Amino acid sequence: MTVPTKSFPSEELIKKPSLFGAVPPNMRNYDNLCASFCWETARNQIDGLSGGALNIAHEAVDRHVLSGRGQHCALRCLAKSGACRDISYTDLKRATDRFAHVLADLGAKPGDTVFSLLGRVPELYITALGALKAGAVFCPLFSAFGPEPVQSRMTIGKAKILITTTNYYQRKVAPWRTKLQSLQHVLIIDAHGAPPEGTLDLDVLLASAPAVFEIVHTQPEDPALLHFTSGTTGKPKGALHVHEAVVAHHMTARYALDLHPDDIYWCTADPGWVTGTSYGIVAPLTNGVTMIVDEAEFDPGRWYEILERERVTVWYTAPTAIRMLMKAGPELAQQRDLSRLRFMASVGEPLNPEAILWSKHAFGEPFHDNWWQTETGGIMIANYAVMDIKPGSMGKPLPGITAAIVERANGEGVKIVNTPMMVGELALRAGWPSMFRGYLGEETRYKACFADGWYLSGDLAMCDADGYFWFVGRADDVIKSAGHLIGPFEVESTLLKHSAVAEAAVIGIPDERAGEVVKAFVALKPEYEASEELRRDILGHARKHLGPAVAPRTVAFADDLPKTRSGKIMRRLLKAHELGLPEGDTSTLEKMTS
Amino acid sequence: MTVDEIKAAFLEALNRVAPEIDVNDLDPIEDLRDAFDLDSMDILNLTIELHDTLGADIPEADVRKLTTMASAIDYLEKLLG
Repeated sequence: MTVPTKSFPSEELIKKPSLFGAVPPNMRNYDNLCASFCWETARNQIDGLSGGALNIAHEAVDRHVLSGRGQHCALRCLAKSGACRDISYTDLKRATDRFAHVLADLGAKPGDTVFSLLGRVPELYITALGALKAGAVFCPLFSAFGPEPVQSRMTIGKAKILITTTNYYQRKVAPWRTKLQSLQHVLIIDAHGAPPEGTLDLDVLLASAPAVFEIVHTQPEDPALLHFTSGTTGKPKGALHVHEAVVAHHMTARYALDLHPDDIYWCTADPGWVTGTSYGIVAPLTNGVTMIVDEAEFDPGRWYEILERERVTVWYTAPTAIRMLMKAGPELAQQRDLSRLRFMASVGEPLNPEAILWSKHAFGEPFHDNWWQTETGGIMIANYAVMDIKPGSMGKPLPGITAAIVERANGEGVKIVNTPMMVGELALRAGWPSMFRGYLGEETRYKACFADGWYLSGDLAMCDADGYFWFVGRADDVIKSAGHLIGPFEVESTLLKHSAVAEAAVIGIPDERAGEVVKAFVALKPEYEASEELRRDILGHARKHLGPAVAPRTVAFADDLPKTRSGKIMRRLLKAHELGLPEGDTSTLEKMTS
Repeated sequence: MTVDEIKAAFLEALNRVAPEIDVNDLDPIEDLRDAFDLDSMDILNLTIELHDTLGADIPEADVRKLTTMASAIDYLEKLLG
């Protein structure tokens, strides 16, 4: 059911100049481009391979070498230590060819899944592109995951080969490795001649591999990338993307990030999350830019230093980081020469209007918010260099994308909501190239995402009379923390493994920096008594198994958790209690006392 | 405040944020982010805990100084001294 909103969101329109600067934007006029756009034209911007084949790695790497841009710097990798390593497109071609050889020699067949569990080091990028060259499906895991998210994702993805470090292997994989029959090889990037038992030293394998590899001629619909996302219930979902997604990656980066081949581009997202792969590996390279890769975690001083020293021209980051930079104060930005910055974009959760206005003050340029999901594979709705910004709005659909606000009809189908500023579910007309092609092994869950030819995003939004979209919230209980989706079920399952926990419920609590943070409520078994020591023990248990990015930041004891008559915990009611909000319809609810 | 008192307060704050870390077996120069996957939200929460227990006002630009036990104690000693 849609409900009219109480008030129009606050507006302080940021007008865009009618004259272009030294680097004219790829999109000169939004309406004209949308009217003339067709996906066939977008396909012509990539090369393809003979016989109708298409491989993302060819578009990202090899074609630049073939067209004479091989000496251009592809990756500038900044290590935590401060060391810097430049990798040209030619270097990247050689390295990824060698790596693809290693995979083929180990028996990797097209369609096999190759996982990485690595920080933002050069080997991660070589693994990603080398695996694609070998025709494998590549799945990057966030290196801060604890052993349980790593195990569940590698199990669902039927991992055949894993590339990781000695440290990560020993802490996060070795304890459960024997349970995963599909896993044939683990390659260690920092073995220094002494790989842990049961693993292989990648350097030794690379040393004997030829430097030229004949790229596998994958078809546009062959699977290429696997990214996990979270739902309210059940296990993490493995969203599968195909090689044809590169058509959308390339096009959307041209228009929504305004990438030009001479740009110095920095995407701060980790490839363990979809942004860090689509726009932190694939799209910048297909567009031939120089990409900054920083191994270190967020640090205001370091980030400003990188922006200035590396002369970053296009910067794609996230609201949590932007809000942390705001807290650090504008003077840190104003001490630096950031005049090279031409375009700044943000994704992960809605960027609040204050942050957009602040960025204009601190950098002289506003951040451009955009919206998309793991399932959409690429940016779907965006603010553009050429279009006025309504701070707080996610902008307008990309050329080639049809978005609408819909209402799910009872049972089947959807009804489009045409009234401006009415809340409904954000839906996209199915069929764009980077749309996911399935959740691994979960056809029913995949089909449930579509109705009447629309992909239903699960996000609540509204559209104003000018065609700008506004995010309202999630339609389900999934938590969005620091731009990452966290499934409450995955967290609750781990909490329930603690010997003292009888019941657990996990919700998102508003947080000024992260948007939401995970809070857990646990009911104890009768033989246990609540204490600060036990609270810390449960928190530590969750963090150890899930990793800090997924685990709750706080744990609270609850005598009883609100449930429906069928015994399902009502997370929404718990959240309403916690935040002092109206509880809504509680007629199916009863409270059980533990 | 003595160095020992600062160290005890730091370890208590760390234990509140990340109870999975065995503070009795902590390498003073090990980066907490590398060794235990602590992220920037954790480090920020650490500054909030330190503010509550020590009254230490730690600007966000200085949080990088809290990423090893040794650097954190050194920093807090100067800040509070």
